[in-house]
Amino acid sequence: MTVTVRIPTPLRNYAEGAAEVEVSAPTVGDALGEVVTRFPKLRQHLYDDGGKLRNFVNAYLNEDDVRGLSGPATPTRDGDAITLVPSIAGGAATATPADLSNDEIRRYSRHLIMPEVGLEGQRRIRDARVLMIGAGGLGSPLGLYLAAAGVGTIGIVDFDVVDETNLQRQVLHGQKDVGRAKLDSARERIQDVNPYVRVEPFEVRLTSENALDILRDYDVVVDGTDNFPTRYLVNDACVLLGKPNVYGSIFRFEGQLSVFWAEKGPCYRCLFREPPPPGLVPSCAEGGVLGVLPGIVGSLQALETLKLILDTGDAMIGRLLLFDALTMKFRELKLRKDPNCPVCGPNPTVTHLIDYEEFCGIPQAEAEEKAEVPEIGPRELKERLDRGDPIRIIDVREPHEWDIANLGQYDVRQIPLGRMTERMHELSSADEIVLYCRSGVRSAKALRQLRESGFRKLLNLRGGILGWQEQVDPSMPRY
Amino acid sequence: MEGGKTDVLLLAESHLGPILRDCAQGYPEEVCGVLVGRVHDGGVRLVEDVIPLRNERDEERTHRYLIGPDEFRRAEAEATAQSREILGFYHSHPDHPALPSSFDKEHAWPWYAYVIVPVQTGVAGRPRAWRLADDRSRFRQIRIAREDDVALESATQPEGTA
Repeated sequence: MTVTVRIPTPLRNYAEGAAEVEVSAPTVGDALGEVVTRFPKLRQHLYDDGGKLRNFVNAYLNEDDVRGLSGPATPTRDGDAITLVPSIAGGAATATPADLSNDEIRRYSRHLIMPEVGLEGQRRIRDARVLMIGAGGLGSPLGLYLAAAGVGTIGIVDFDVVDETNLQRQVLHGQKDVGRAKLDSARERIQDVNPYVRVEPFEVRLTSENALDILRDYDVVVDGTDNFPTRYLVNDACVLLGKPNVYGSIFRFEGQLSVFWAEKGPCYRCLFREPPPPGLVPSCAEGGVLGVLPGIVGSLQALETLKLILDTGDAMIGRLLLFDALTMKFRELKLRKDPNCPVCGPNPTVTHLIDYEEFCGIPQAEAEEKAEVPEIGPRELKERLDRGDPIRIIDVREPHEWDIANLGQYDVRQIPLGRMTERMHELSSADEIVLYCRSGVRSAKALRQLRESGFRKLLNLRGGILGWQEQVDPSMPRY
Repeated sequence: MEGGKTDVLLLAESHLGPILRDCAQGYPEEVCGVLVGRVHDGGVRLVEDVIPLRNERDEERTHRYLIGPDEFRRAEAEATAQSREILGFYHSHPDHPALPSSFDKEHAWPWYAYVIVPVQTGVAGRPRAWRLADDRSRFRQIRIAREDDVALESATQPEGTA
């Protein structure tokens, strides 16, 4: 039986443009099956997942709807024509309690008009629970954008207090917040941006004892920490709980971004098996950070978080983004899952949270510093200098720090820490030497270097120039 | 085929006005109709006629509409007689935004332009037009242009030569 199947205009693209197709088949159902075999792209538009003709696709045999005949089993005769006729149906979504209110629809309209988000996506954002570790430089843009985008529940872990040195980059907090808990000002600001957001505050230090309980209730964890013990703790807890960890880090002019999700790709330990020795990688407090940088990296973290919630686009899983603000270059590294990873590998040796301070060598380093470096207090140093004691003072900071604050009223020699080895010949081991930096960390390192070279009459200014400001000269600026 | 400059629906004020009035008058029920016209070479669809149709749903008419196959054939025959074709459809969303619902998506045909008119408490708002993606995964928004917005001359250039 040769019959003609007429393809309606909207489906011709999937039938190589054909308006009519001649097939040989004993029934209407067979004829349509034949057409779909010839043009496989037609299938999803004509048949549902169960293989039945879609209810808005009507087959007419000559002038009659086959539903009024014997359906797909209706026999065909030579010369018959089968016409596919659309039904057009649709309608507004039925209102359910989980629907967005009219006010919310207005607020999120720029999301809703994007097909990639739409009502369904916005509901997913609203139902999402995101945990921010830290409400500082990275957490600031992150919290603001997640709130503005409509993330329904934002947990924040932070126990810090707003300090004036934070305001150069931590845009969640303002001048009036100095001295307040960061959690309080963050919550206030987020509620102001979007009152539909619920903030769940955790005013604690994240530890091995509480991490699993805090992280467990969230869908996505965003790491905005500034120290290695917490970073490894967050990573391991996410691996153990199977959560995605949106990682960002910043230093001076450089930023990093990735999504660590052990179920789908590598974790932080696959990238960095072990932390660097304490003191090798300076923190932002020691090395500085350009104020805009956390704004960029934290915003990228917010973006990745939304993509994970919407399940759209290519997440940064298995990829590490390196951003250099000075050259304005983004580079990307592919990351591989480490088959020997101690946490997410097939034979893990870390199956519960450990002591991360210990793992990162912090207690040992602190003990070393405390035990071995002889110190002098700011007041005592001032008294001795005023008495005219012959003390050689060395400023080990970077040259540009001198202009901010210094002890230039005395005879001070500037030797930056990084050049101490090559310039120590300028010093005499017979002199009594006092070293200082901003807070006392770098000068302690310099002291150890000098001691290893045979110097013995060495003292470290306790608390650095900040200590001097506190105890001797409150008129000096702090930085 | 998807996206790009070809996804434009030219809808003159003289046609849009009656659509909006039809949708407002039908409130709180859903209103529907057919957009008839021609597809120009570059894929730009010019609406030349609008045929309001009866919503064939018996129930749930405040949030459902239906144009059955017989009505569709009648409209198509009318269009063909004028050397035109069906370009798409319009329907109203009473008290809902001009966004396709999942029900809209499940029942959509590819290629056609679906114009949705939001009607808030009887007042018709700004319509939006949508087209089903080839893989049926979602709707993509297409541009509604008034006749004077797009110069047909430039729009009819074949793709890829510009």
